[in-house]
Amino acid sequence: MELDAKIPEGPLEDKWSFYKAHAKLVNPANRKKLPVIVIGTGLSGASAAASLAEQGYPVQSFCFQDSARRAHSVAAQGGVNAAKNYQNDGDSVFRMFYDTLKGGDFRAREANVYRLAECSLSLIDQAVAQGVPFAREYGGYLSNRSFGGVQVSRTFYARGQTGQQLLLGAYQSLMRQVELGKVALYARHEMLDLVLIDGKAKGIIARNLDTGNIERYAAEAVVIATGGFGKIYYLSTLAMGCNGSAIWRAHKKGALMACPSWTQIHPTCLPQAGDYQSKLTLMSESLRNDGRIWVPKLADEKRAANDIPEEERDYYLERRYPSFGNLAPRDISSRAAKERIDAGFGVGAKQNAVYLDFSRAIKEQGMEKVKEKYGNLFSMYKKITADDAYAAPMKISPAAHFSMGGLWVDYELMTTIPGLFAVGEANFADHGANRLGANSLLQACVDGYFILPYTIANYLAGELKGEKATVNHPQFEIAEKQVNEQLNRLLAIRGTKTADHFHKELGKMLYDKCGLSRSAGGLNAAITGIQQLRKDFYTQLIVPGTAGEINAELEKAGRVADYLEIAELMCHDALSREESCGAHFREEYQTAEGEALRNDEEFCYVSAWEWTGADQPPVLHPEPLVFEFINLSVRSYT
Amino acid sequence: MKIHLKIWRQKDVLAEGQLVDYDLDEVDQHMSFLEMMDTLNEQLILKGEFPVEFDHDCREGICGACGMMINGQAHGPVAGLTACQLHMREFEDGATIYVEPFRARAFPVKRDLKIDRSAFDRIIRSGGFISANTGQPAEANTLLITHEDAESAFDSAACIGCGACVATCKNSSAALFTSAKISHLAKMPQGKKEAAKRVLTMVARMDAEGFGHCSNTEACEVKCPQGISVLNIARMNWEHTKAALLKD
Amino acid sequence: MKTILSSTLSRKNLMALTGLFLCFFLVIHLLGNLQLLLPPERAEGSFNYYSDLLSGNIFIMMISYVLYFSLVAHAVDALVITIRNKKAVSKYAYDDRKQVSKWYSRNMGILGSILLIFLIIHFKDFWYLYKFGTVPKDKEGYKNLYVVVIYAFKSWWYVLLYVFAMLALGYHLLHGFKSAVRTLGLYHPRYAGYVQIFGLIYSYAITIGFSIIPVYVHLTHFGLWN
Repeated sequence: MELDAKIPEGPLEDKWSFYKAHAKLVNPANRKKLPVIVIGTGLSGASAAASLAEQGYPVQSFCFQDSARRAHSVAAQGGVNAAKNYQNDGDSVFRMFYDTLKGGDFRAREANVYRLAECSLSLIDQAVAQGVPFAREYGGYLSNRSFGGVQVSRTFYARGQTGQQLLLGAYQSLMRQVELGKVALYARHEMLDLVLIDGKAKGIIARNLDTGNIERYAAEAVVIATGGFGKIYYLSTLAMGCNGSAIWRAHKKGALMACPSWTQIHPTCLPQAGDYQSKLTLMSESLRNDGRIWVPKLADEKRAANDIPEEERDYYLERRYPSFGNLAPRDISSRAAKERIDAGFGVGAKQNAVYLDFSRAIKEQGMEKVKEKYGNLFSMYKKITADDAYAAPMKISPAAHFSMGGLWVDYELMTTIPGLFAVGEANFADHGANRLGANSLLQACVDGYFILPYTIANYLAGELKGEKATVNHPQFEIAEKQVNEQLNRLLAIRGTKTADHFHKELGKMLYDKCGLSRSAGGLNAAITGIQQLRKDFYTQLIVPGTAGEINAELEKAGRVADYLEIAELMCHDALSREESCGAHFREEYQTAEGEALRNDEEFCYVSAWEWTGADQPPVLHPEPLVFEFINLSVRSYT
Repeated sequence: MKIHLKIWRQKDVLAEGQLVDYDLDEVDQHMSFLEMMDTLNEQLILKGEFPVEFDHDCREGICGACGMMINGQAHGPVAGLTACQLHMREFEDGATIYVEPFRARAFPVKRDLKIDRSAFDRIIRSGGFISANTGQPAEANTLLITHEDAESAFDSAACIGCGACVATCKNSSAALFTSAKISHLAKMPQGKKEAAKRVLTMVARMDAEGFGHCSNTEACEVKCPQGISVLNIARMNWEHTKAALLKD
Repeated sequence: MKTILSSTLSRKNLMALTGLFLCFFLVIHLLGNLQLLLPPERAEGSFNYYSDLLSGNIFIMMISYVLYFSLVAHAVDALVITIRNKKAVSKYAYDDRKQVSKWYSRNMGILGSILLIFLIIHFKDFWYLYKFGTVPKDKEGYKNLYVVVIYAFKSWWYVLLYVFAMLALGYHLLHGFKSAVRTLGLYHPRYAGYVQIFGLIYSYAITIGFSIIPVYVHLTHFGLWN
């Protein structure tokens, strides 16, 4: 299979304009004949559904939550990047493009990343028009803050709830279209299969989670906007319901998965306190603007943080990366923390954390200023840990956070299945091997508001002629039967272990072997381990109740079944990439100083994987990354 | 620690429900309340019983899914928290804990602690937005909004839609929820244009959904995880009177 | 117009407006009644003259119709609101919501019902008697309501009834005044704060003012101070 990214010709800065000027359009009267399904109502899904409905396409929108407003975009705290250069500190679209590409360790497409930076300008305008209450200066102008991995202030924010505010903007736009009858919204519906007719995506099978009914929906294009699958590690910053099922079912129908092992492990999360723990709460990266990260210089230090004198503290980020210091990118910060923790310098009861210290900021800026900037984060910290971070340093540790990998998409955000699009975190596109802070909200919005509405029209224009998809097509019959079989299979096992048990086991294995650092030995062991775990799952799982009722355990079991397959692909992906880049750190490929060692000669490509059947090894289709406009450099933050 | 639970079990929306007793012997005080519920469910499943269904998702207090009454109070005894942020250290060893769904006629119970809050979505649908299409909006900095106005709008916009305000209200009024959105948008210049129309349609929808009147007891503000002020309700009232009187 | 009549907010506005008018009336009423605290020889003439003035003046009469309307509308509207609220709620098996609000803010209906019963007694004993019953004349030729009032407070249980009713009134006002202003839409944080303080002082003044009169009358004419 030859992968064509369909990058438009021409200079970097003109590619997107050129595309927009030449893409096919659908006449307004014809749009209502071309229904579109959008799975997921997070930032990318809601923005896509609202934008498409505004243009006149009948949209069917699905989410598993009880309201579209609860999608996990809501939890993003820090902010959203845009190259507005309001601060006059040297920012530009090109610089943002370069920062993002470099942040991703040069493992993303130039054209995609440039378009992301270019569209960032409109996104801020769009959000303001929707009423998003971004932080403002006293005179009324928009305010910015700085974020990890860059040297300019380009992050727009709404206190520590930027994701929530952007999502509410998109949700409100979506609900407006629902009221107008342009969007049919199906909350508490989970997509369980993709339906292809003549090789094109033409519908889905969904389960109504409130009744258990299996339902069919047909359309002329399907958009997957289901976010990331970092929850595969069980302990993660993601919501309990986040899952990889929609993309995985699409993958099994022929859509390639790209770089699934590239998972961002976020450096500033709350450490695990016990085995019962269900998630690791993220503390916004913005804390690193004023907080200093350190561990004791002595291993197995027993003194309380405040009792350790200054000279016995190791500010390891400032020591190793003097020019970026505590603002080093996420992958580097996380790995540095892991290095210290593994070397025995971890703090806290389980010695699994590092300190994030605000004493200097409080001394220099005053308590009031620190409270104003981070008050809500400090109070959140106190709610969860019962500790006062104004009095003693916070304890933080890395946790799985964001999937850079996902469904492979071309420049038009279309997967390898014609008519199946993937937007937001669900796709692989713009972040390369590591995502910069405050770029995820950006990518989700830009995909949904500004890119998909153009590219989907280019596809749909070709679908006007010919028969329209209906749910009576035999392909729906077949897909529905398979879905029922899978549900019944899970229910019929009646074993002795819950879905959570398998999920936790899988998470542990994956975090150890395919987490912050990976090795060939570990990955091979993980593949065997996962295969065994999958066997156990299908013989020892217990799911209570039936498929015809509200049954959260059945939902979970279905998701874990998919995780057990995704995990194996992640390990294959990590194993095949014999270099270190971004979040992907192979122990065999590092410099003498312990930094990532990239191999541009052999691995300057996107790994796109093809499903070849259950228990069959996946097949790799590399998409070479061609850099025409920048030179690949060593990603150095020292 | 040991705890004794009395949890509302109800098979479906039509069924009669009741409190059912459960005992948990090994609860870690650092567990979150929902992790305690996970532990209970794990045990129930292994015993062959159907686990307790409850709404939850982000488990960090922002998605608004986890509404439940804990010991007769919305989101439990601590103010300013969602149920998922509540930790077992707030309870004494040997405590009896009552767990019930949020209740209101407009929030039917779907199963156990899971409820239907779609009435909130329908209120937002009716006008809780700015009619701005995706496209080419004006440059963001042409619209100046003072720091104070932006912060004040944010305070109203912070609502997570959990429904604790309704659950804790003696009249099951949705005034705090509805007014928070009306105020958020009315406080910003881009939202003012449609303010009159918005308040009329949203209040009409709120009434049609069957929520009660606001008695200004202010219980909602106390139990709101985001601390949304009851002054939003005053603003909604003012906007509504103004709009109703000046309507063509 | 339909919006104004049918909305939950409009119903509350009617409660607020009628309530605030009654609040205003209470001030006038109290100021008139404070004459009873004057030395008996001055109080009698002054109070009877004032009573006659109120019943004769056409302007005052018009105001009184607003007053009657407010009382009835306040009570009927309260009933309508309560019935609808009952339909909106669903009962908890275990309920401890009382922790987060004041008891009197949750029980305005009960306080209001106490006041309604009190008002019936109050109207019968004074208003009805003055308007339609036989009241002796004082030396100026005015109906001697003063004597009626003084003798009404002869029995200690009647005084207690009044003080109890005034306590109910006090709590009703404590929540009612603030709630009315909120309902009418005062959202400015600073002024809402001022009004809240004003409402507090007002409620205390009305309660104490109305309560000391029967106690004072009883004690000076029939009790220890006689």
